[in-house]
Amino acid sequence: MKGTRFAVFGGVYNNHLSLKATLDDARSRGAQELFCLGDMGGFGPNPDRVFPLLRDVDDLYVMQGNYDHSIGNRLDDCACGYTDPRDNHFAQISYDYTLENTADTHKDWLKQLPGTFRKTWGRRRVLMAHGSPRRINEFLWESMCPDAFLASLLTDAEADLLFVTHTGIPWKRRLPDGRMVVNVGAIGRPANHGQTTVDYALVEVKDREVEVSIMPVAYDHQELAREMREEKLPEEFVETVLTGWWTTCLEVLPAKERAAGKY
Amino acid sequence: MGLLSARDLIRRAKEPATYDSPVLELEHLDTLWLQVTGTLCNLACLHCFISCGPNNDSHDMMSLGQVQEAVDRAVEEGVKEFYFTGGEPFMHPQIREMIDCALEHGPLTVLTNGILIDEEMAAWLGDRFRESRYSFDLRVSLDGTTAAENDAIRGRHTFEKILSGVDRLHQNGINPVITVTTCHAELGAEAGRQRFFELLRSRGLERPRLKFLAPFKIGREERRGGGYEDYERLKKGDLNEEAKESLQCSSCRMVTAKGAYPCPILIEVEEARMGDSLDDALEPIELNHPACYTCFVEGVTCRT
Repeated sequence: MKGTRFAVFGGVYNNHLSLKATLDDARSRGAQELFCLGDMGGFGPNPDRVFPLLRDVDDLYVMQGNYDHSIGNRLDDCACGYTDPRDNHFAQISYDYTLENTADTHKDWLKQLPGTFRKTWGRRRVLMAHGSPRRINEFLWESMCPDAFLASLLTDAEADLLFVTHTGIPWKRRLPDGRMVVNVGAIGRPANHGQTTVDYALVEVKDREVEVSIMPVAYDHQELAREMREEKLPEEFVETVLTGWWTTCLEVLPAKERAAGKY
Repeated sequence: MGLLSARDLIRRAKEPATYDSPVLELEHLDTLWLQVTGTLCNLACLHCFISCGPNNDSHDMMSLGQVQEAVDRAVEEGVKEFYFTGGEPFMHPQIREMIDCALEHGPLTVLTNGILIDEEMAAWLGDRFRESRYSFDLRVSLDGTTAAENDAIRGRHTFEKILSGVDRLHQNGINPVITVTTCHAELGAEAGRQRFFELLRSRGLERPRLKFLAPFKIGREERRGGGYEDYERLKKGDLNEEAKESLQCSSCRMVTAKGAYPCPILIEVEEARMGDSLDDALEPIELNHPACYTCFVEGVTCRT
């Protein structure tokens, strides 16, 4: 017998085409409730096109990411503060474009979004957060998270199953005691692995146990590239959409994840 | 961030030098620093804030057992990452065992001048980099984009030796983080940073990784660039929640052969010693040293 299904995703990054594809995919697989862990803007074209898919939708719950906090509060930049002037240059282009092209009503909506979700799925206490349970802008990369650290995060947060996003690269780990941490990756940009697909997490609750699968989603990335060029977004961003390799703002990547990419 | 306004600085400068220092809790032990080679170094850089050198045995080398003990204790606290420093870590005869010990439990960064990383060591490090479950990083210090600029700080002929070490790491699949201490303020500004990116790209490192650090006016640097002024102290009320979080001592501790300390900067300050082991160092600390002022004002973190 099929269990109850949910979907968890994050990192929309203005990509309305992959958002639509993800929502369709999750619903077609029977997800009853969908959870978006934030970062609606940045990177992609036409920011306002994602909001009709996200706002006032019965089966969808949306949380605030750090980018949403900045855009919602009309801050001057994304506060990434890179060392490499090139990274700052590209981050600012992306931020200014998103700030300028997000309607006030959507900015106000972003500003008031919640910061966490708690659920009980099967026998698991579930916590969803943008970066980590401690901080909205903490990166949880797979190669930088010792088992002992994750166990301590879960204990402090009184959770058995944690979902986060913020890094853009998905991974999941079950600890020896059965608790689990899942980074759902991002649906707005491919995960720096040379594939053009994007990722979300599909959850199945069955016999009080929870199974999580990272699901790749294909979407019309050629059409997104066309829109990005039409909006005169940097060719470096378009390259990422077309190749699956990250080209800018790589400084935040740990050594291991950086070495796995092309740049 | 932690910046004081000009008015605050002027007010501070006029006040008498009596201070009521802020107290900072250890929020969580995210970072464990290990002074694996103590204060022993193959170089004697003019800006070294703990005056490391070939003849400084103020902190002895740590034994493998001491490293293992500190790592195990930190794992119990849910530590997130390890850093090895010195001195020069590659002077330690058991550095490989120490690297393996830390990497088994979490990500590790080793701070080095790169000079002792020969072909064989670079190949071994490359293997570890590829095979380890957690991220393994090397951070190589370089203090100029020309031999004249760098060697004036780090010693004669070090520029080429350091870059040769970087080349060997690169040839073995490791892209180290080049760490620059901004003794000359222009090095930290955008044009100065750009010069380092260009230098490294010209050496074939297509994706340079860099970190810029403000100097601390203690140790040998105090003699080179001058010490702290009386007003350069933190006071109660200076720290809001954001500033507390940005100070790395809210989430790190340092262990040396001599005991445990709040951070890597203060190990030569006797009053900063918190006890014999990490167990004694989980208490809150008082930010009463002028170097604390540098971390706060410059937003310094020793983490990569």
